[in-house]
Amino acid sequence: MGTFITFPELLLWLPLLSGIICFFIKDDKRAKAIAFGGSLLVLGVALTSLFYASESYVTYNAVNYLWLKNLGTSFYISIEGSGRILTLLTAVSFPIIFLSTYKNNYKNAGAFFGLMMLAECGLMGVFVARDALVFYFFWELALIPVYFLCSKWGGEKRIPATFKFFVYTFLGSLLMLTGIIYVYLHTGPRLFENGVQSLHSFSLPAFYSTNLNEGEQSWLFWLFFIAFAIKMPVFPFHTWQPDTYDQSPTSVTMVLSGIMVKMGLFGVIKWLIPIFPLAVPKFTNIVMILCIAGIIYASCIAMLQDNLKKLVAYSSIAHIGLMCAAIFAMNEMSLQGIMIQMFSHGINIIGLWIVVEMIEQQTGVKNMSELGGVAQKAPVLTIMLVIIAFANIALPLTNAFVGEFMMFAGIYQHSIWMAAVAGLAIILAAVYTLNMIQKVFYGNTNTVTANITDISLVQKLGLGLIVVMIFTFGVYPQPMINLAKEAVNGLVIK
Amino acid sequence: MNAILLSALWGVLMMFSGVFIKSKTTPKYLALAGIILVFIANAFELNAFGKGAIHFNIDTKEMLNIGSFNLTFIAVVLACTLLFFLLSGRDIEKVGEHVGEYFALIFFVICGVCISATYNTLLLLFLGIEIMSIPLYILTGSDKRNLKSNEASLKYFLMGAFSTGIMLMGIAFIYGGNPNGSFFINNIQMGEGTMPIMIAVGLVFLIIALSFKVSAAPFHFWTPDVYDGAPTVFTSFMSTIVKVAGFFAFVRLFENSFGKVQSQWQNLIVFITVLTLLIGNITAVFQQSVKRMLAYSSIAQAGFMMLAVFALNTMAKEGLLLYAAAYSIATIGIFAVLIKMNDYTIEGFNGLGKKHPLLALCTTIFLLSLTGIPLTAGFQSKFFMLMAAAENTGKFWLIIVAVLFAAISAYYYFRVIQAMYFKEPGVEVIAEKEITPSFKVMLAIAAVLIIAIGIYPEFVVGWMYHQ
Repeated sequence: MGTFITFPELLLWLPLLSGIICFFIKDDKRAKAIAFGGSLLVLGVALTSLFYASESYVTYNAVNYLWLKNLGTSFYISIEGSGRILTLLTAVSFPIIFLSTYKNNYKNAGAFFGLMMLAECGLMGVFVARDALVFYFFWELALIPVYFLCSKWGGEKRIPATFKFFVYTFLGSLLMLTGIIYVYLHTGPRLFENGVQSLHSFSLPAFYSTNLNEGEQSWLFWLFFIAFAIKMPVFPFHTWQPDTYDQSPTSVTMVLSGIMVKMGLFGVIKWLIPIFPLAVPKFTNIVMILCIAGIIYASCIAMLQDNLKKLVAYSSIAHIGLMCAAIFAMNEMSLQGIMIQMFSHGINIIGLWIVVEMIEQQTGVKNMSELGGVAQKAPVLTIMLVIIAFANIALPLTNAFVGEFMMFAGIYQHSIWMAAVAGLAIILAAVYTLNMIQKVFYGNTNTVTANITDISLVQKLGLGLIVVMIFTFGVYPQPMINLAKEAVNGLVIK
Repeated sequence: MNAILLSALWGVLMMFSGVFIKSKTTPKYLALAGIILVFIANAFELNAFGKGAIHFNIDTKEMLNIGSFNLTFIAVVLACTLLFFLLSGRDIEKVGEHVGEYFALIFFVICGVCISATYNTLLLLFLGIEIMSIPLYILTGSDKRNLKSNEASLKYFLMGAFSTGIMLMGIAFIYGGNPNGSFFINNIQMGEGTMPIMIAVGLVFLIIALSFKVSAAPFHFWTPDVYDGAPTVFTSFMSTIVKVAGFFAFVRLFENSFGKVQSQWQNLIVFITVLTLLIGNITAVFQQSVKRMLAYSSIAQAGFMMLAVFALNTMAKEGLLLYAAAYSIATIGIFAVLIKMNDYTIEGFNGLGKKHPLLALCTTIFLLSLTGIPLTAGFQSKFFMLMAAAENTGKFWLIIVAVLFAAISAYYYFRVIQAMYFKEPGVEVIAEKEITPSFKVMLAIAAVLIIAIGIYPEFVVGWMYHQ
């Protein structure tokens, strides 16, 4: 049965189209509206696709065009498993980001929103790709618009900071490309539907069924892992991250920290562990120790931070470290936890950035020591923040609790010691988060914060949506758990 | 055959045009017509318009080998030359008095390129390379009153003559050491045993001479000075079309003559490749002038093209075609913009994004392509090269080295992008009146071509298999 157009295609072409349109719009407000409308449409598509998730609708969810027949690559994309959760996250995040930064005015807004939508297209592409070359294409394409966004609209030291970011990730992806080429040369032949046959294949299933020996897998593992580790980032590949988060315009930081880091996690889940099953057990402990060292390290630095943006950045490193460790614990519990947490973390960190952005916009200050007493002036903002902050430290009844609990349970099954040390992260997270709330929101107002006003209706709407999601999935996590289960079942677990 | 004859004839025609045409602008249109004519004639030979179409056929006693691979390459070269004329034709007029002659010389170069793309004997290889080089010596010095141009020309000529000598000696050694006593490249091919000493010496001489022509390290020393000294329009031409033609000759010679004994000389090529990548990329990082940076970047890109000589498989051939197209289009595009700039330093590009968004966008696409970002032709060409090198098993580390240097290349290409978009514009960035609408359109077409090839490389590669 031929379908006119499939969900994954819509998820790619809608942002691309609206992005391209944005470039040609001179009027700032209209560009904003088009980007927002486009992202809403994407959200609609992503939500609709949830109703057609079952096996019987497979033709709606996957598409496969022949691309370069001699190479055995095709434009093979589909929504499934962990990819579905992340497309959903991407689709939810963009409208919220646009909504919460609706008041911001950007120079050359058409280009800004155009690039944002292109970034969304790139991210979607990464999450739906089922062909290594397509995956690599989108992996890089997500980077380019973000690079331009950061360098053009960022803070004072943006150019060196984002260039460092670019070189790091570009180097990582090139290493991955060499890895992809090596694996490709060891795949079996591919027969396309129309009878064309090629010697090797770039498709994901073919990558899963290679016969690489343990030695080969070992070094290939690192070629792939470094690319993903830089993107996440895992200690010690994280040095680009705090500067970039600090210097980027906040809406881009949201994309970076909320969604782009998930590219790394997604890569590990889908493009690393199943492809190198022999190498993974060998390096599990090394990777987990790196992750856990990173958690402690980042948490400690976060405690000492005075810069609000860097605090959130380091807290993000800690959270991502925990998630990466949970992936490598490799049991059903931890993997389900990961799936849920990838979504929750995205929502929560975007929420945190929204609040940071609002404070910075109104006061022009990002050092906590200069702030204080915001709660007196902006009670609604404070309540919202406290809820988001609680979610960030994974208090029960918030969305993050479910995922984090399952991840810890999973790590515990793997090793008690690791779980114990990683558990420190929760305590440390509580310390720096609560400290931040106290310093910024309570105490007496000073000259900087005296003129703060509470948030506007549109901003309330954006933050409100996040708070609603935090509670909904905190109290009733079943839908997420179902999605996560399905995603985990779809993985090849050995 | 069509292309060789027509381009030579048209070169002669262009040379005499100076006698009859006094206008300075007419030769450009004559040259444009000529290159289109040659392109179409070549397309006929490629059977692009169905079989049995017109073409000249002179019995060359198999001294020329005309297959769709060669013809596709010629088509790529001709298309790039057409683009070059369209983008930079007006700037050729500005170099000096004798406009017709410049175009004539370019046509002779094209003729040389076509010969060195189709040669089947060492003799014609030599002829092709020489016909290609001699007009270039003149073009390099065509800015007669400029001391740097003179110096570059002399340097180029001396070094070129020297390398020609080495090449000739290499050919003599191979002819002498070869029991078949033949100049035909297929007959040089020996069994798989160890090469006789005469052949080995000849082979090394040929590697040296050809490395010189394609400016691979350690035979690259002439490149920066010559590229910097030559009038910028001609730098654009010789750093692209002539260079890829050199590589094409290189690959064909080694595939046909020495393919079976590849393992015996491969390490030498590996050495040259790594050194070229190293020197090209590292030195380019320190350049302040965009023109000089592009000269070093052309050395760096040569390192990537050397991978084709290293691999010598079908993938490498496809990759070379793509590389020829991707690298030439992007570099010609950047040079076309550079010529219009008042200031050739990287600071000279400051704020171009604000003043001329389209120019900046196109330049960005060209630079991204040279870096090798997906969705551009540059990515596909690098990717094909890496695949080719990886297929030729045993030296996987080489492709890891290659990508590490590709990452370094991002540094110097992105400096220009940063200057264009993220820095404040200077007083007068660009010669405003030079930017005609047609120039913009042509530049945009080049950028679209880059992306089209990036999405669907078979658009170029497919012709290789056209019957």
